[in-house]
Amino acid sequence: MEFFHEPKIDWMGKKWYFIGLTMVLLVAGMVSIALRRGLTYGIDFRGGTLVYVKFTKAPDLDAIRGQLRRENLGEATIQRFGGAQENEVIIGLDLGATASSNALDAGKRAIVMALEGLFGAGPAGKVDFNNASPQTVAEHLVVADPLHLASKGSDEAMKAYRELAEALVNYRNSPPRSGLIGDLGELRSVAGATPAVLETLGKDFYLSSYAVRNTEIVGPKVGSDLRRQALYVTLAGLGAMLVYIWFRFELIYGVAAVIATFHDVLITIGIFSLLNKEISLTVIAALLTLVGYSMNDTIVVFDRIRENVRLNKRENFFDLVNRSINQTLSRTILTSGLTFLAVLSLYLFGGEVIHGFALTLVIGVIIGTYSSIAIASPILVFFYQRAGKTRMSEKPRILERETADARR
Amino acid sequence: MDTKVRIRVIVIAAVIVLCFLGVICYPHGEEEIVGFPTSFQRMKENVRERIRLGLDLKGGTHLVLQVQVEDAVNITNDLTRERLQDEMRAKSIAFADVQKGDSTHILIKGIPQEKSTELQSLASEQFPDWDLSRVTGDPTARQVALRASAAAGIRNQALLQAMNTIRNRIDQLGVTEPTITEYGRGDYMLVVQLPSVDDPSRVKDIIQNTAMLTLKIVQDGPYATRDAALAAHGGVLPPDTELLPGKRESANESSGGEAWYLINRIAAVTGRDLRDAQPRPDENGRPSVNFTLTRDGAVRFGRVTGQNIGKQLAIILDNRVFSAPTIQGQITDNGRITGSFTQQQASDLALVLRSGALPASIKYLEERTVGPSLGADSIRHGVVASIVGLVAVMAFMLVYYRGSGINANLALVLNLLILVAGLAYFGAVLTLPGIAGVILTVGMGVDSNVLIFERIREELRLGKTVGSAVSGGFEHAFHTIIDTHVTTIVSALILFTFGTGPIRGFAVTLTIGLLANLFTSVFVSRVIFDYVLTRREKGAELSI
Repeated sequence: MEFFHEPKIDWMGKKWYFIGLTMVLLVAGMVSIALRRGLTYGIDFRGGTLVYVKFTKAPDLDAIRGQLRRENLGEATIQRFGGAQENEVIIGLDLGATASSNALDAGKRAIVMALEGLFGAGPAGKVDFNNASPQTVAEHLVVADPLHLASKGSDEAMKAYRELAEALVNYRNSPPRSGLIGDLGELRSVAGATPAVLETLGKDFYLSSYAVRNTEIVGPKVGSDLRRQALYVTLAGLGAMLVYIWFRFELIYGVAAVIATFHDVLITIGIFSLLNKEISLTVIAALLTLVGYSMNDTIVVFDRIRENVRLNKRENFFDLVNRSINQTLSRTILTSGLTFLAVLSLYLFGGEVIHGFALTLVIGVIIGTYSSIAIASPILVFFYQRAGKTRMSEKPRILERETADARR
Repeated sequence: MDTKVRIRVIVIAAVIVLCFLGVICYPHGEEEIVGFPTSFQRMKENVRERIRLGLDLKGGTHLVLQVQVEDAVNITNDLTRERLQDEMRAKSIAFADVQKGDSTHILIKGIPQEKSTELQSLASEQFPDWDLSRVTGDPTARQVALRASAAAGIRNQALLQAMNTIRNRIDQLGVTEPTITEYGRGDYMLVVQLPSVDDPSRVKDIIQNTAMLTLKIVQDGPYATRDAALAAHGGVLPPDTELLPGKRESANESSGGEAWYLINRIAAVTGRDLRDAQPRPDENGRPSVNFTLTRDGAVRFGRVTGQNIGKQLAIILDNRVFSAPTIQGQITDNGRITGSFTQQQASDLALVLRSGALPASIKYLEERTVGPSLGADSIRHGVVASIVGLVAVMAFMLVYYRGSGINANLALVLNLLILVAGLAYFGAVLTLPGIAGVILTVGMGVDSNVLIFERIREELRLGKTVGSAVSGGFEHAFHTIIDTHVTTIVSALILFTFGTGPIRGFAVTLTIGLLANLFTSVFVSRVIFDYVLTRREKGAELSI
């Protein structure tokens, strides 16, 4: 089976279409960024507090907002998170809201207090099982001793109850319950949870209707440090690539490749802005990976161009580039397609946490392939055409290297 | 089978076995060297030990904190000012005042002209870390400045000491496999990772507690306000004393309010003299902290308590008077701190005293807590995405390259096996982006095979024989494979250098995956081709 049997497409002839398309994408991205007054930064760069909360049933966002306002957290943002049946919510506070307090986690404590006020309060003296740690559960079990293990010695009893507590909490944490159980009876299926154990739990614990799954608090200093670092790292990545390709090919090849990759990064960020997605630390990591991947692709085409130059010094450069692209087209589309399959799977099935990362790669793989053909190669052609030399044999530097190679 | 091919197959088989062993064997205790599992349950446990999960998959807390190292410099400044005054008095060098400038500068006023050289020699002999200089505009004033190298030394020392003290405290709390490392460049920041701690408030308090304990004799007090205390002494503090606040000590527990004490500046005992501290019930059965002193500390303590029977002894924590019991008789090597503690608070205070005081205060800059349920969800998502991606890619290879697709898929599976074993052998941590790195390895790894196969197809199209087409394909594609892997690995290395936790996991996974891919796509694929070629009849087509 073969997709591309000896294609003979005039790529370089269509370069104005490519440039046009690129311009459209770039402008769309830049306009979006301008309209939104900058990029939407994730909490890693912005600083602030985020609390991820899961509820047993669909939460009433207005009630939550009202409670937060009562706790002087009126500027808090609340948004749904994940699928509709997950009943998850992210409550966020900007840096400004907690600027007055010295403690980093003042915002988180305030949010947790608000949640407790609205959803959590159980009967006095009882502990919330849905937010309890294994140690707490173990302590209560040891005191109540429903399995009558005290006779075996306190160490044995402690160990046994700690294991049982861990099993109970693990059961609560594993999907599909994912941290929340609605009824203590659900714990019946855990090994070792005898009716006596369940009775103890029922006496000492109640079940709130929410559980805090994740918290992220980033102070102002870390946020601004990271912003600066992310920029340097991206520039460092591009610089390293330039040096490497300069070393393996020639300077103009390196410049063309770097421009193409830079273009990829810009378009990806532009699309993020268009879709109003956040730029987090993992997105920057994905962008760097994209830099490496886009180089990959460009190198394959350049490799073939260089090989063809070596074989046909007299050929018109324009036609030679076309031929090189056609020769590598099958391979380019295939590998991009396969990598695309892999990252698409990550995007669709990888879950919310890795979502931004996966989206960056999905966009990046497509744009990266496109840029090797549509950006990097035309730049090469432009360069040689402007230098007035359309035949490779007229380029003295290449000729010297070729004869040096031939002599070897 | 051809001998050359046979040797290579054995090599590959050996690699496979080593990989398996690397993942499922884990030595428990000292008798086991290899730790081959004896049961299925044991094998699952071994795998769990071998594949270390990051905080984002296991659950836990990640803290970034900054050690306020200027505190340590300020303390040095305070101590130096006192010593300077003592030394100048001892050498009869008159002075009007010794003031603190900023953390690294001291200003001396009122030095008589004739004592100038004496002061100079005093400074260079007794205070080698400080530079004495004149002050323009005031001939009787001198400035003493801390040398930059000495200041840097104090700051770095404070950072290291803080790191050790924090590590000590976390160890005593019983957190499993915590990590404490320096973070960033030169800002005195630390990263603390606490796996499976999903409520960090207690740990944060314990880490942050400066826990400077001093025991000093009370001259006078308690007074209701600072001014009242000053007024009782004519508005001026007697020499070598200081005023410190505390809680009102009274027979009735419930009455609170501030109380100010006039306390001797020189401490009888400091935290450095503590040998041990344990939570014990006091004579009323309430939680309290018992402490024992080192031999030197005991001698000093015995002397001071013996000379001050009937006076109050202030137990001062972080410059606040915690309690001030009356000295009934000479005490030598132990004492007790009482107060309205809960059992937990007494236990935590004892822990913090045992680990030693922090040389500087701590400020938290970042806090992330992943609950274990989110970690479990992330693992599940990651595994599903990996399997779907893998199946999709393998299916495509079979359809597009037919027989050779099997070749590529075998190489891919081996690639993943080596990747997982590599993680286990290097003790690398698997994070959620790390799982993404595995998926990316799948996509980019099969790239190498595509390069080779496409080249082989081209060679076949040019009319070469099957054997030489395969050789030609591998030869020509080799350089391009190296190039593409190097660029991606360079990206990964940059990410590793600048990234933290989860992103490092991604960089490590991707790098190991691509390096393994060099082996599987070039060596293993070639061996499989050679094996297939020796088996087929002459002139038959290659399924590609």
